[in-house]
Amino acid sequence: MNYIQIKDLSKSYSDIQALKDLSIEINAGTLFGILGPNGAGKSTLIKILATLVEPDGGEVFVNNINLIKNPRKIRELIGYVAQDIALDKILTGRELLDFQSDLYHMNKKEKYERIKLLINQLEMNDWIDRKCGTYSGGMKRRIDLASGLLHLPKVLILDEPTVGLDIESRNIIWELLKDLKNDGMTIILSSHYLDEIDKLADSLVIIDDGKVIAQGTPAQLKNKLGGDRITLKVREFSTHEEAKKISEILSSINGISQIIINKSQGYSINFVVDKEKDLLTKLKVELAFSKFEIFSLAQSQPSLDDVYLQATGKTLLDAEISMTGKRDLKKESKQSMR
Amino acid sequence: MELKQYNLFFLYQETVALTKRLFIQLKRRPSTLLAGILQPIIWLFLFGALFSKAPEGFLPGVNSYGNFLGAGLIVFTAFSGALNSGLPLMFDREFGFLNRLLVAPLASRLSIVLSSFFYITILSFVQSIVIMIVSFVLGYGWPEFYGLGIVFATLILLVLFVTSVSLCLAFVLPGHIELIALIFVINLPLLFASTALAPISFMPSWLGWLASLNPLTFAIEPIRVAYTQTMNLDIVALHAPYGDLTCKSCISILFSLTVFSLIIIRPLLNRKLN
Repeated sequence: MNYIQIKDLSKSYSDIQALKDLSIEINAGTLFGILGPNGAGKSTLIKILATLVEPDGGEVFVNNINLIKNPRKIRELIGYVAQDIALDKILTGRELLDFQSDLYHMNKKEKYERIKLLINQLEMNDWIDRKCGTYSGGMKRRIDLASGLLHLPKVLILDEPTVGLDIESRNIIWELLKDLKNDGMTIILSSHYLDEIDKLADSLVIIDDGKVIAQGTPAQLKNKLGGDRITLKVREFSTHEEAKKISEILSSINGISQIIINKSQGYSINFVVDKEKDLLTKLKVELAFSKFEIFSLAQSQPSLDDVYLQATGKTLLDAEISMTGKRDLKKESKQSMR
Repeated sequence: MELKQYNLFFLYQETVALTKRLFIQLKRRPSTLLAGILQPIIWLFLFGALFSKAPEGFLPGVNSYGNFLGAGLIVFTAFSGALNSGLPLMFDREFGFLNRLLVAPLASRLSIVLSSFFYITILSFVQSIVIMIVSFVLGYGWPEFYGLGIVFATLILLVLFVTSVSLCLAFVLPGHIELIALIFVINLPLLFASTALAPISFMPSWLGWLASLNPLTFAIEPIRVAYTQTMNLDIVALHAPYGDLTCKSCISILFSLTVFSLIIIRPLLNRKLN
């Protein structure tokens, strides 16, 4: 059953089109991953779902409630954990949770029980009565997550919740998310960590430049790529012409498909080989015949990064790096201020 | 009906929570409160001393300059506090804490504004009462019971008016640097262009006009009457270039300004908060 329906969603910030007619469907009680490099539009989508940003066009329904027409009803259903953790440094963690529960109109008994439970679940007993200003990144994230879960939301929306976290905090959060999903909560998790989405998500969408480029379960998306993924280099840094020649050689071999020249990795060649065939011997012969030597050759199971690479011609990491220089974070921060 | 009652309770619950948060901040960082009290006390001492040897009858209707100055500094204290009331909201905007409030299913986002009003009104009252006590100890007088009521009523109107302007600025300006800069620009000139430190008769004509149109003057003069005379709303409190104004007229103008400012900021708050 589609619990959340997003139809033709679009949003622009002055001259930048953050979302371009995005359509997604999310089932109830699943963990849905939103994967994409920084600047792909993930946070804009998350903010629209959290009723913080109004879209320019399109519709969103949560449990058949129109998000744009009834934002308050939606707010009762959702818990939101923002990318930038905004805590009141002066309050203690317990005071913050108490404050938050009043904003969700919880009664005293309910409030006391939920706060106690979450403190135990997220292992916050040792430091919950310290001021938030003294917390480490992991502690801040845990208290932030606890405040998003206080009112037992039907949908939990998390925007890159494990960025910069230590392994212990990350594991605690992952375990909690698995438990919440098992209890029937619908979870929307945006991340640019491939392993996080691969491990946790039942289904996912990959967003690039404000558009959906792939959608399905992690297994479906990886299986679509066919066999194993090979990354080949004939020199540490090849030229475009060289890479093109090799690409032509590879395309003549039966059983090799989806050949991509990866410019950002020294013109390495990525391709897929049929599992059933032993093509590597043939490949070596063909390359030697054209006077190429193998500098490096790596074989791996298809990953979500390969799905991204297949769709965009670049890896997620390369996309991140290329976006870093282009983004004006100060301007974006001002634009997102109410 | 049931839903409306629930909403009213929820509005109460969230307003109390938001106000409580501001008071916890104040308790743990009392410097704002202390500075807001210390500054006018220093002024009271320094300005009181500056004109202590002024000839008798130098200021009509008062027995000392301190007696004249008290009303001005009480109003200035409340005014400065209210003018700064937009800062916590601006910081919440900048650091993303406001988003935490906006994703919550608040019965009404008016609670965000209401909590600021309650907080700053109580804070201004505490600061003003301390100034009043210090003035009394220094021998600058104490209003009688009815006059005290007028002092507090006037302060409430002024605080409401200035707080609404400050909250509006907190939403309109891009950041706290700009807000603080504007507060610096507004604060002292408004004080000097009012009757806080000198009566209109001491001022050049153009400044007299400015002072008699300054909202601070409409708050200062009824309070000054409460300090220097037996309070009666029909007493002429201000000899403005455009005519005499009674205490009632001054308070009515202040009331109108407050209502007007609340009406003006409503669409902006609706736009920013909804």
